[in-house]
Amino acid sequence: MEHSKVTPREAQRRRLPLEKHRLEDWIGRIYTSICVVFLIAVIVSIVYFVTSKGVATFAVNGVSLTEFFFGTHWAPDAAEPSFGALPAISGSFMVTLLAALLASPLSIAAALFMTEIVPTFGKRILQPAIELLSGIPSVVYGFIGLTLIVPFLRDNVGGQGIGVGAGALVLSIMILPTITSVAADALASLPRGLREASYALGATRWQTIYRVVLPTVLPALLTGIVLGMARAFGEALAVQMVIGNAPYIPTSLLESASTLTSVITLGMGNTAMGSIQNNALWSMALVLMLMTFVFILIIRLLERRNRI
Amino acid sequence: MFKKLPIMLLTLTMVLVLAACGSNGGTTSGSGAGGDTGSTGETGSSELSGSILAVGSTALQPLVEQVSQKFMADSKYANVSVQVQGGGSGTGLTQVSEGQANIGNSDVFAEEKLDADKAAELKDHQVAVVAMAAVANPGANVKDLKKQQLVDIFTGKVTNWKEVGGADQKIVVINRPSSSGTRATFEKYALGEKTEDPAGSIQQDSSGTVKKLIAETPGAIGYLALSYLDDSVAPLSYDGVEPTVENVEAGKYPIWAYEHMYTKGEPDAATKAFLDYMLSEDVQQSDVTELGYIPMSGMQVQRDAEGKVSQK
Repeated sequence: MEHSKVTPREAQRRRLPLEKHRLEDWIGRIYTSICVVFLIAVIVSIVYFVTSKGVATFAVNGVSLTEFFFGTHWAPDAAEPSFGALPAISGSFMVTLLAALLASPLSIAAALFMTEIVPTFGKRILQPAIELLSGIPSVVYGFIGLTLIVPFLRDNVGGQGIGVGAGALVLSIMILPTITSVAADALASLPRGLREASYALGATRWQTIYRVVLPTVLPALLTGIVLGMARAFGEALAVQMVIGNAPYIPTSLLESASTLTSVITLGMGNTAMGSIQNNALWSMALVLMLMTFVFILIIRLLERRNRI
Repeated sequence: MFKKLPIMLLTLTMVLVLAACGSNGGTTSGSGAGGDTGSTGETGSSELSGSILAVGSTALQPLVEQVSQKFMADSKYANVSVQVQGGGSGTGLTQVSEGQANIGNSDVFAEEKLDADKAAELKDHQVAVVAMAAVANPGANVKDLKKQQLVDIFTGKVTNWKEVGGADQKIVVINRPSSSGTRATFEKYALGEKTEDPAGSIQQDSSGTVKKLIAETPGAIGYLALSYLDDSVAPLSYDGVEPTVENVEAGKYPIWAYEHMYTKGEPDAATKAFLDYMLSEDVQQSDVTELGYIPMSGMQVQRDAEGKVSQK
């Protein structure tokens, strides 16, 4: 009943804070807009820079696209330079797929154990412990790979130790936490009723996991795997230390090979900006960037499927 | 109090953005400032000031860094600050040529990396000599290799040590990246030709890793600067000449290169003072030798960009 009778003075008093809040609102809007514009500017300029540099190899230096993507001979500093990036491109895909193959079953099993079998212990201790793995810098992984995995492979499996196998092993350990945490989160967010319904029908725990839980969270599991692959694909330092970096398509897992990232890190400091050797590295960077976009696109598509 | 938060945030962002723009302009004006100190130096003022940015070769970086610390600690040069960055010879040469750095550190002559007209603008200051040796895993049981044998090994023609008089062991070539200055030196003065990596060879960038791999991998061969040699690896004589500092200085052992510090045109006063300090007998006999380089003064021969060697 007080609302019915408002003096003009009272109205004035009430309007003042409103004006103030409008101003705050407006400032907030401007501030966030500036931040977003800045962010977009950064993204656009990076994409533009890498693209213009990467395209220069073909447009300015006249390297043919077929040579770059399908040539198997990488010798940018030879008397007759050739720029076949296929060894590096295939090397990147090889270690990435191998790492995903090694890491996925391990991570999904670990996530199942943490959420389905020992949920409280898993959430309190196992998950933070596995997430700790993702905080270890990649140079440490590379160093461990070079000091432990390489000699181990050399002594027990044969060959030089260094090679695709060592690279894939190091990468698989690196992407374990990524896949595990995504999978564990997906499993934990599954409605409890789903499992209970399955148990109520007389299914065992294994049957519930295999027939109900896993099929339901499959898109999320795949998202985790693709995220892990994106990380493996872009990882440079750790791989470079253990893969051997020979510019050839390897014939065995124990043979030295190179990846896009390792060729870039090894070559970038030693080539002069603007030279064809340097531009070729930018083209590789462009390929890496485009592949990352593809990975993100796949994740987006999987997420969309997940929602339905 | 909290009502002002958005305004503060906004101001903060503006400051950050402005700072980012400012630092961008700063790099260009930095070299200009260096030029100004040059004129004060010429007028005879004893107080040098300015900042020097030296960028480039990672092989030369530790030496320049150590000497720059000593230089800045010297009261005579208290107003000069020296910043040393790595990035590789290519980066160093590009940045000094574009005026982003005052000094470009390089393992190779500028002519080998840059276009001829750009290289001609740069002034070469040779500050030390670095020599390297072909190095094998001790298990290979080889002490001496002829030039042709080395070429055959590094091109993949010879794949077993017994073909060059060693143990019956597969050869594992441990190379540097094809654009590396160390590799360029080794190929130019030891092999005499550019090589392509044989299949199955290993490429590593850092000397430490190369040494570790040679020491551990049976049948491995690679090349290292003399300062990295120790008992874990077996240095090889080249055409019968042992890789020692004396042999390099006398001009008998050919696998060595200058460490260059390039400036664009004549250096300004502060940069010149630093380069002179680098070449002073004091630094050459202590820091240069300490870090495993060979001082310039000891060299009895000299070499030009084409690789012609002449007596000094």
